[in-house]
Amino acid sequence: MTAPQQPNSYRTGPDDRGHFGIYGGRFVAETLMPLILDLEKAYAEAKADPSFRREMDAHLKNYVGRPSPLYFAERLTQHFGGAKIYFKREDLNHTGAHKVNNVLGQIMLAKRMGKPRVIAETGAGMHGVATATLCAKFGLKCVVFMGATDVARQQPNVLRMRALGAEVRPVEAGARTLKDAMNEALRDWVTNVADTFYCIGTVAGPHPYPMMVRDFQCVIGDETRVQMQEAEGRLPDSLIACIGGGSNAMGLFHPFLDDRSVDIYGVEAAGHGLKKKHAASVAGGRPGVLHGNRTYLLMDDDGQIEEAHSISAGLDYPGIGPEHAWLADLGRVKFLSATDKEALAAFQLCSRLEGIIPALEPCHALAKLGELAPKKPKDHLIVVNLSGRGDKDLESVAYHLGGRL
Amino acid sequence: MTTRIDRRFAELEHEGRAALVTFTMAGDPDTETSLAIIQALPKAGADIIELGMPFTDPMADGPAIQAGGRRALEAGHTMKKTLAMVRTFRKNDDATPIVLMGYYNPIYIYGVERFLKDAKAAGIDGLIVVDLPPEEDEELCLPALKAGLSFIRLATPTTDDKRLPAVLANTSGFVYYVSITGITGAATPDPDLVHAAVARIKRHTALPVAVGFGVRTARQARAIAKGAEAVVVGSALVATIKDSLDKNGKATARTVKAVTALASELAGGVRGAKRKG
Repeated sequence: MTAPQQPNSYRTGPDDRGHFGIYGGRFVAETLMPLILDLEKAYAEAKADPSFRREMDAHLKNYVGRPSPLYFAERLTQHFGGAKIYFKREDLNHTGAHKVNNVLGQIMLAKRMGKPRVIAETGAGMHGVATATLCAKFGLKCVVFMGATDVARQQPNVLRMRALGAEVRPVEAGARTLKDAMNEALRDWVTNVADTFYCIGTVAGPHPYPMMVRDFQCVIGDETRVQMQEAEGRLPDSLIACIGGGSNAMGLFHPFLDDRSVDIYGVEAAGHGLKKKHAASVAGGRPGVLHGNRTYLLMDDDGQIEEAHSISAGLDYPGIGPEHAWLADLGRVKFLSATDKEALAAFQLCSRLEGIIPALEPCHALAKLGELAPKKPKDHLIVVNLSGRGDKDLESVAYHLGGRL
Repeated sequence: MTTRIDRRFAELEHEGRAALVTFTMAGDPDTETSLAIIQALPKAGADIIELGMPFTDPMADGPAIQAGGRRALEAGHTMKKTLAMVRTFRKNDDATPIVLMGYYNPIYIYGVERFLKDAKAAGIDGLIVVDLPPEEDEELCLPALKAGLSFIRLATPTTDDKRLPAVLANTSGFVYYVSITGITGAATPDPDLVHAAVARIKRHTALPVAVGFGVRTARQARAIAKGAEAVVVGSALVATIKDSLDKNGKATARTVKAVTALASELAGGVRGAKRKG
């Protein structure tokens, strides 16, 4: 394959039909098509309305608790003996992850569009919790679809959602994880078209979701630019984030895509290993069409989607956001992967050296510091997106470590 | 060039009745039984055969058809086997139109050009691909029309008058009106609302309109057939297949008979309807 031609800017996508190169698009049933066209229009109007931005900024500050700190991880830096490591502390947001940045925007939009009922899919439960939270705050009815496997392995989040007044519907289809939850959410949306807003949790799905979710998450990278300027007087040299669908990664990466001096690394979940069951769709998949967009997917030779596997429920999805697929082909974002075991080791290391218990999702990014940081000079600045906190994973980690937590 | 679909609707127009369109899933519960089912359906009263292409993630389908697809995939069914089934069917029946229905990814991975060539050669007449709205016509719809296959579009209760022309623009063969907002087999459509919707579509097109999603019984089929050119029944047939299986999910001597018995009943309903207008 010849190297693809590089664009003048990586930040102008998607085109007006929702394409990032060959990726993205609007592969949905006709019933949903008028709804996503309405959403596209409503989002464009909200984006152009300064009062929408003002209200969102106020909620981000007073409700979410932004800006989240950019924290110098001193002991981890010493441990690796190379690059200077910073954490973008999305784990400190209200609800404990980056998910709330996007959900706030979408729920404000749902309210603006007059939709009284909100549905969401969730894997680890963080997006479900964020959606349940904002629906409580804005007085909307909330139904969260969650694979039955995930309901079992993420009990604390199920209880949080219920406490917040949301209905959690366990999905028994397929492998009972995130992919199946998304199918069921789409089936609900196609049934309840008049009153329901579908709040998608990542930079995937039909246009305009990948663009809209990215825009709402860009607060992560925008803040990081300013904070790194304050801390070091310059841009970071490397960014690293885990990628399932890829919303935390896109939020951090996108504002830096045109800064060619910044190396960008996305880390997929290699599960039991790339030759076994995993969730690394760029490393182990190929372009296909699912859930409204064309992107890298794990599938067999007959185009049947394969079940993903990751220890982290939030990364346990056989696809990736279409803009990531495009950036992967262009080589602007370098794709790495970390296994379940590597993520577990990073979980322990980060907890003990920094006093921060990370979610298993960002542990995949942390796990790659051992390869990247030691080789870099001491003035090399790495930012890791610490996208969520690990309380929800304690039981699961203890189980996998055989009780030796 | 007239197609099998055009010829079939012209014949029925002459007879003054609506068509019964049956949907079953290719490979459900296994390839051989599934072939025996579609071979038996025309005699039982099916005028057009819709054959599902199984997919792991059928986002517009209800539990019955989801399960049918799963049975087919678990039995090792593939796209190649679907095409082979139609080739075999055509050896003895060159008149009954066959329309494949499913989702885009298995076609995309098979390769659009190769798929269209093989589908045409197998004797397939049209395609219904749920996740390809007019906004994505360049993917498959336009190449299919060029290859001489009909591309049958779904119109839904959310497709308003402003949008209908876009939906109908590259539609051929017939228009499939989805009678409810929802997944297959979920709710029962109200015949009066359906007839009003069909009339609305007919103001925009001369194509026949088929109505489906949620029609289960001969009585419902009759009511719908009064105001449409075709009635599609799917979930009820697929559920009948399931009910005929043994406890290991294998086909029994009853399987084909159970499906044809229901098809005959439905055909009776459709044929008993007096067309409005």
